[in-house]
Amino acid sequence: MAKQYETVIGLEVHVELSTKTKIFCGCSTAFGGAPNTHTCPVCTGMPGSLPVLNKQVLEYAIAVGLATECAITQYSKFDRKNYFYPDNPQNYQISQLYLPICRNGKVEIETEVGSKTIGIHEIHMEEDAGKLIHDEWEECSLVDYNRSGVPLIEIVSEPDMRSAQEVIAYLEKLRLTLQYLGVSDCKLQEGSMRADVNLSVREAGAKEFGTRTEMKNLNSFRAIKRAVENERERQIDLLEAGDEIIQETRRWDDNKGESYAMRSKEDAQDYRYFPDPDLVPIQVSDEWIVQIKERQPEMRAEKITRYKKEYDIPEYDIEIITSSKHMADIFEKTTVLCGQPKKAANWLMVETLRLLKENGMEPEDIRFSPENLAKLIGLTEEKVINSSVAKEVFEIMFDTNIDPQLYIEEKGLKTVNDEDALRRTIEAVIGANPQSVEDYRSGKEKAIGYLVGQTMKAMHGKAEPGMVNKLLKELL
Amino acid sequence: MDILQWTALELAAAIKRKEVTVMDAAAAVLDSIESREGRYNCYITVDREGALKKAEDIQRKIDSGELTGPLAGVPMAIKDNMCTEGILTTCASKILGNFVPVFSSEAVLNLEKAGALMIGKTNMDEFAMGSTTETSAYGETKNPWDENRVPGGSSGGSAAAVAAQECFFALGSDTGGSIRQPASYCGVVGLKPTYGTVSRYGLIAYGSSLDQIGPISKDVADCAAILEAIASHDEKDSTSVARDTDFADALTEDVKGMKIGVPKDYFGEGLDGEVKEAVLKAAQVLRDKGAMVEEFDLSLAEYAIPAYYAIAAAEASSNLERFDGIKYGHRAQEYDGLHSMYKKSRSEGFGAEVKRRIMLGSFVLSSGYYDAYYLKALKVKALIKKAFDEAFSKYDLILGPVAPTTAPGLGESLADPIKMYLGDIYTISVNLAGLPAISVPCGIDSKGLPIGLQLIGDCFQEKKIIQAAYTYEKARGVFGTPTIENEEK
Amino acid sequence: MANIINDETIEYIGILAKLELSEEEKEQAKKDMGRMLDYIDKLGELDTSEVEPMSHVFSVRNVFREDVVTNGDSREEILKNAPGEKDGMFVAPRTFA
Repeated sequence: MAKQYETVIGLEVHVELSTKTKIFCGCSTAFGGAPNTHTCPVCTGMPGSLPVLNKQVLEYAIAVGLATECAITQYSKFDRKNYFYPDNPQNYQISQLYLPICRNGKVEIETEVGSKTIGIHEIHMEEDAGKLIHDEWEECSLVDYNRSGVPLIEIVSEPDMRSAQEVIAYLEKLRLTLQYLGVSDCKLQEGSMRADVNLSVREAGAKEFGTRTEMKNLNSFRAIKRAVENERERQIDLLEAGDEIIQETRRWDDNKGESYAMRSKEDAQDYRYFPDPDLVPIQVSDEWIVQIKERQPEMRAEKITRYKKEYDIPEYDIEIITSSKHMADIFEKTTVLCGQPKKAANWLMVETLRLLKENGMEPEDIRFSPENLAKLIGLTEEKVINSSVAKEVFEIMFDTNIDPQLYIEEKGLKTVNDEDALRRTIEAVIGANPQSVEDYRSGKEKAIGYLVGQTMKAMHGKAEPGMVNKLLKELL
Repeated sequence: MDILQWTALELAAAIKRKEVTVMDAAAAVLDSIESREGRYNCYITVDREGALKKAEDIQRKIDSGELTGPLAGVPMAIKDNMCTEGILTTCASKILGNFVPVFSSEAVLNLEKAGALMIGKTNMDEFAMGSTTETSAYGETKNPWDENRVPGGSSGGSAAAVAAQECFFALGSDTGGSIRQPASYCGVVGLKPTYGTVSRYGLIAYGSSLDQIGPISKDVADCAAILEAIASHDEKDSTSVARDTDFADALTEDVKGMKIGVPKDYFGEGLDGEVKEAVLKAAQVLRDKGAMVEEFDLSLAEYAIPAYYAIAAAEASSNLERFDGIKYGHRAQEYDGLHSMYKKSRSEGFGAEVKRRIMLGSFVLSSGYYDAYYLKALKVKALIKKAFDEAFSKYDLILGPVAPTTAPGLGESLADPIKMYLGDIYTISVNLAGLPAISVPCGIDSKGLPIGLQLIGDCFQEKKIIQAAYTYEKARGVFGTPTIENEEK
Repeated sequence: MANIINDETIEYIGILAKLELSEEEKEQAKKDMGRMLDYIDKLGELDTSEVEPMSHVFSVRNVFREDVVTNGDSREEILKNAPGEKDGMFVAPRTFA
């Protein structure tokens, strides 16, 4: 019988914190600036510059620690991690090794086979690196330090996961927690959440862990899933062939669906960590921890409970809407503005989810504002537009967040409420379709549908179907 | 009237009385530089045009009453490891041979605010690593008392420039004695403040936990005024502390009742007889002035040097990683790929002593050695600090020599690094413990070379140091300057 | 001499520190490092089993900045000293083949 193998996985998740400024200087963390326009002597490693810690980074890190049931390290320090690379301006990264800010936490995950606890080994604060752009024309790389010094937390799990499914569930849970805390938008594609996968295999029932590898460059849940499965197979194949697994860092190539070792004589993995003498230790008091805890925003479980109490919408809808902090925010704001929770939920549950799926987007990518959705709901309720026009407008709004009021005015999409005009149109339709009129009068009720359609067409869709029906019956 | 003979405070007072102008002072110093630099090589960069222009600006501000401080209009020199906006800052290294900072050090800004006039940037040991100013990539500085001897280091250019009257005062930096020892060799006053007193922002780091900027001056009163100007609580430097800075208030001739401890360990083997005699004579002067002076055991002195070299080299190896040929400084012409560029640029750019310390520092931090060397050194540092704490529970000040000998001859020290490091034995533990200490001239040996007296205080006790140093200086009387006798040669 | 530094170690430290020593420098470095380490070994004479390592001299804690943007665009200054510049970026040798 073939040997059975168990996969053992631990994750190192890097999350960019959504502070206004970098971790050690007053440069903006905003995305999208021209290269090196968000830089200063500190985040470009100029001689003589010195770091000063952004307090918000520390408070965010502690908040994440509290939300993942970590012990907060009340006496904490920063260390230097030394390695040469052009995206690392000082050639050391300020990080935490010896006294990370949070330790020993846990996260509950749900998978098809039930719930499970994943241990958090530690959470530490560190600075992000700059960006390297590879110049295709000349044999060189170009360095942009706009991202250099953007605050990161690294969440290191225990090797508690056993499958790709658990890995995804863990990441989803972390992401939701961080989004609810408001500390990060956690977008994998944009790199504000990045996961490195440590994976080893062992024979089922074995006590000892096998030799692990570390997989980098995983930019989507799909890539993570594929990389986990691929690396599991690769390691099992090696073991079956009697070969040794080398402890190494590997880079995932999602296009090829395979990984390769990142080995180089010049990359000795010896980081010579030592306490950064430029930064003083951090002392976190009990009171401070309590304060941060009290400031913690409403988390998902609390939100679900409240929604059930406050809104008369299906539990299923609550589950879906709260599965994204962004969507829940839109829901709540829309409801406040239009006073119609059910309508708001419907727009999100039906049209929004459909469009997200069609466009391969995630709820975090929703661009329309609650103000505009509330307006659209109001316009429909007041019968200014009919439901098919509303859907049409919503699709535009989903793409470009237009103001529905302005849009329908501009495009002349208002329902015509002028009864005389409608009456004249219907009379014309009746005159032009004697056969249908005949059919209806002889008892074929369905024939009226055709006449409604013809009327709507003649009105360019801007009539209110109820009124068309009523007038038709009257005139027939 | 020889302006150059005046102290900084005397000059500023004369400018205020309109007896001389800032332009006169600048011209006098620039002329002095012109005639003496060929012999001493105190400066790496002299900003002649900039200084003359700035002098007029400062004069206007003095005339309008905008600048009234005790240093307004005084020409000064800055050690070349402090960033100066728009002015070449090399750290005496080839690797920064073309580096022009885009901001100025906080200490320099503070002096400029006080109206001092920067004339140029002084020579030093490369990246402040050395005790002789011979490791400079721009040639060694010579001791104005004897051109065949070193001025000390690493702030040798600053100390020599003050002694040679090529400026009225200078800033140095002290990581293991780099202000006090050259001050001692050059017969001037040098003070290393309590760690955190002067912002390190803009100081190109050597050993970040040990580095501290301080004044090098003609006398103790100047020293107090400069320290008062440069001390500040700087939010850009996390290790900067908020504290009292009214140092000039301590300029009183009074040591009655002051308790001064003299460590026996500082007077043992290795200490030159003439140095010993001069320092003990200075102790007697303070005793005569009413201080209680007694010997005591300050253990652990012999462990300070190895602990220091492990810590300083480790920090230096990391601090100097940023010099990689990408963002600034020297980049090799020919290389094969990224790592080759790194290695070639750094190997070409750094001198032997810097490479030696980077290698040592990388080694003591490397996997498997961290605990045995670096961590051990941090523990010994804690023990040394504790020993000082105990001493200061009994004494206001500790008195001893600055260096075991007077200035050695050029080329004598570099051949044997350990021997050179041993020369730092009396100064180094002060940096490990973060303490303030001053070097004051206390005699001239039979070779005609100055001897320095060191007074060490507890943390934040600069005022006690200044008070005792001032009292001693008054009792000692005027200390000669070297250039007067040498000028006519 | 208790500490013998061999060629391999010098090579390895060269990789960590990104220094390339000439043959002559290497021989000198081996000697110097060995002697310095012997010297630092002297610390072993002290019993430090009960001592907390001291990385910072003072008990200063919690030095922070507020999360407020204070820096504008200083790209020009930042790039002023760059040995190589292109399109507002620093030029480095190609980082992967």
